[in-house]
Amino acid sequence: MKRLEGKVALVTGGTSGIGAGAVHRLRAEGAKVVFTGSNRSAADEVCAATGAEFVSHNVRDGAAWDALSERIERDHGRLDFAFANAGTEHGDGSVEDITLDGWENVIGVNQTGAMLTVQHAMRLMSRNPGGAAGSILVNSSMNAHRAMGNFVAYSVSKAAVVALVKSAAVHAGNRKYRIRVNAILPGVVETALIRNLIDTSGDPTATRAAYEGLSPLGRMARVEEIAGLVAWFASDESQFVSGSEYVIDGASTAGMMGV
Amino acid sequence: MSDLGSQRLKGRVALVSGGLRGIGLACVERFLAEGAEVVLTDLEAEDGTLVGETLGRLGQAASYVRANVTSEEDWEAVLDAVTRRHGKLHILVNNAGIDLTGPIAETSLEGWRRIMSINVDGVFLGVRTFVPLMAASGAEVAGGASIINVSSIMGLVGLSEVSGYNASKGAVRLFTKSIALEFAEKKMPIRANSLHPGFVVTPLLKEGFQRWVDKGVAEKPQDLVDLMSSRTPIGRLADPSELASAAFFLASSDSSYMTGAELVIDGGWTAQ
Repeated sequence: MKRLEGKVALVTGGTSGIGAGAVHRLRAEGAKVVFTGSNRSAADEVCAATGAEFVSHNVRDGAAWDALSERIERDHGRLDFAFANAGTEHGDGSVEDITLDGWENVIGVNQTGAMLTVQHAMRLMSRNPGGAAGSILVNSSMNAHRAMGNFVAYSVSKAAVVALVKSAAVHAGNRKYRIRVNAILPGVVETALIRNLIDTSGDPTATRAAYEGLSPLGRMARVEEIAGLVAWFASDESQFVSGSEYVIDGASTAGMMGV
Repeated sequence: MSDLGSQRLKGRVALVSGGLRGIGLACVERFLAEGAEVVLTDLEAEDGTLVGETLGRLGQAASYVRANVTSEEDWEAVLDAVTRRHGKLHILVNNAGIDLTGPIAETSLEGWRRIMSINVDGVFLGVRTFVPLMAASGAEVAGGASIINVSSIMGLVGLSEVSGYNASKGAVRLFTKSIALEFAEKKMPIRANSLHPGFVVTPLLKEGFQRWVDKGVAEKPQDLVDLMSSRTPIGRLADPSELASAAFFLASSDSSYMTGAELVIDGGWTAQ
């Protein structure tokens, strides 16, 4: 019997990067997986490779959340794990330069989108057959603790979702739900997005070295290395963990940045 | 459904200090279930009844060395025993620890030194003794060797009249981050992380609760269990196996990018 057999999982932003890695790993461990995003052709590839189910969906859209929740409840009858992963840096900048539209876009996806994911996941899990139970995980970032000067909205939103999971964990406790809510704080992960940033930077060698140098390990994480932790949170192994923030960054934030 | 019995630690050797009871014993049992060979240390005599019964139950893959974690000589003897029996070490759990409670004005220097000696010196000596062997062994396995130091939520937040325990567990937290950075920078294949349990049903907790009862804080230990459960968002105390499941994750290749991290397992206590 596989570790996640019988469990139903939701992954937002599952068409690429950490989200797609999570879909692969959760499926490999036996979970049924519904994932969301907007890139249909990338989604088709993930579906073909994993047998997961794709729903085109925007995490900021409240009405779309109602429809997605109804669909999960109707088709699967339960939700055991939700991974609030969808994120963006589009429109971000320094506090001096960012536009209001840029700020609202990043905060809308990373912060409001994560809140809506936790909200709808908790509502679904509270109605699970056998009682209110499940695991909700939010993808924060090491930038929650070490801010970037040129990405103010990203840094703020990733710190905000740490408070989000703590509040949600305490609320679940107040309601006597067996629902745990946690965050993971990855370092730099070598996703297609990061590879593209490196390739188009004008000096790929130096840019790659700069990303790799953020971790004392001297390398970026592989997507699979984050997916292993995501699967642990999806499993019953993490049953006593709630309101926690697990850093997975190759010691990037264990010491003083820049030393 | 847990991952119990996945055999993901097959071929690996683990050492657990304070392995006869509580969280240490749960780690020993979990690592064995996942296919590892495990050496446990504790203070009981090697021919003692508890050691005999425990080894009889755990089977051939487990062995025991009597060692006081505060003694350099004892750690050298453990290194000799591990080297002779296995020739390698992939997983080190520095778990042995004691607690200390009381007002600061009534805390003796002897008591302070004793808790620092066991909870801090013991972790330092364990790491220092095994770094060369773990660096060699870590190169053989995906994700490298793994040091798991057992701190506490008391290493993150303070509690009145627990100053010695708070200080010792806080020391373990930052000691672990420093060695994680050192190993990473030197390209040594050893990761180091700390575990931060909340209230776990262990002999140490039961003894501590009994002392509180003796002081008149509560009528009976179960009243304190009920009180702590009601103040934990998850609504209960942890079972030692729930710490072992985190130790297993850190011991396995799945945590290959995790070093210098602190894993809090407290049922939401410190989130509120």
